[in-house]
Amino acid sequence: MKPDVENSVRAFLIEFVVYAALVAGYYFLVLHFLGDWLWSLFKNDRHTYAAVSLALIIGQGFLLEILTRLLLSWIHPRSDHP
Amino acid sequence: MTFPIAGVHISPIYLMAVGFVVGILGGFFGVGGSFLAGPALFGAGLPMNFVVGTDLAHIVGKSIVAARKHRTLGNIDLKLGLIMVVGTIAGVESGAQIIQWLKRTAHIDLAVGLAFVIILVGISGFMTWESIQTLRRSRGSRKNMRQPPPGEHPSKRDHSAVAHIARAVHRISIPPYISLPVSGINRISLWAILLVAFVGGLFSGFLGGGAGYIRMPCLVYLLGIPTHIAVGTDLFEIIISAGYGTVSHALKGNVDILIALVMHTGAAIGAQMGATLTQYFGGQRIRMAFIPLPVLGALLMLHGLLSGHPAK
Repeated sequence: MKPDVENSVRAFLIEFVVYAALVAGYYFLVLHFLGDWLWSLFKNDRHTYAAVSLALIIGQGFLLEILTRLLLSWIHPRSDHP
Repeated sequence: MTFPIAGVHISPIYLMAVGFVVGILGGFFGVGGSFLAGPALFGAGLPMNFVVGTDLAHIVGKSIVAARKHRTLGNIDLKLGLIMVVGTIAGVESGAQIIQWLKRTAHIDLAVGLAFVIILVGISGFMTWESIQTLRRSRGSRKNMRQPPPGEHPSKRDHSAVAHIARAVHRISIPPYISLPVSGINRISLWAILLVAFVGGLFSGFLGGGAGYIRMPCLVYLLGIPTHIAVGTDLFEIIISAGYGTVSHALKGNVDILIALVMHTGAAIGAQMGATLTQYFGGQRIRMAFIPLPVLGALLMLHGLLSGHPAK
């Protein structure tokens, strides 16, 4: 295995472990509190639910992209990951 | 874990794993991966209407992660992507209208399913033929190989046996014309780009998902976009088409956003991994690795049609 590929694989494995811990916390905290509110919106106000759904998935997209990028730069600062 | 909106009980680990797998595919090939995620969600007990809407929502988040990664790698032609948005949205709406029309007739599942199978097998067959031709030619001569600009990674060298198709499209004389410096195209009719975007959007609206399985090959073979840039730009388009579809399906009550959020936590890391992997493969190898995906999607759809549970 080429050194750069090996470094990438190692970085991803470490990232995966840290990430799993963060995601576990995310389930119990964020989704637990959001669940009832979203269910209520789904039942009562579909337009707001649609807007909130899109905002949540886009927000989480940016959040996790930043998180994974920061984790990579922290785990493997000299890698080719920008 | 119970998801109250869809009223189902699904393991979050299972959702994360499904997200992770389709995330890798999305990052590497620039596809939404709905042909795999759809059957996986359906198999976990999610009702079909929620399968389509929820999958679209998770694709939005995953594509943002992968597209941002591709952008840092210089794989997105933003000018091309922004122009394509117009055609994509028009196509998505037209595809949805065709579905509405088919709903009024019988056999919608059969019509959509057969169209899906024929198109996917056709794409796969064409790409197999093209890859074999390209391999034969590249062994004999490397004169036609596109040389990357100075500083570009060697894996981004790209050449195709059917480059003459793209050259013919570039010669279409219907103004206005534009240039795409990022993709190395000096002059192309705006209408050619809009048509490709429209076709991609049409399939997205008609068959569901992001339709990356048809847009990515169209970008490469019809517009002559280098494979790496086609993958990144396709992801950008998928954000638009899947975002539009998410709102549309959420209004109809077909999206369980909690399931999408959990799936996306797995997809985010998979998408990063897939996008990073594109650095280590040339365009021709990425296209060759893409070939089995449409066949797999076709097989899943055939299984769904034969068993009476369409996968889409």
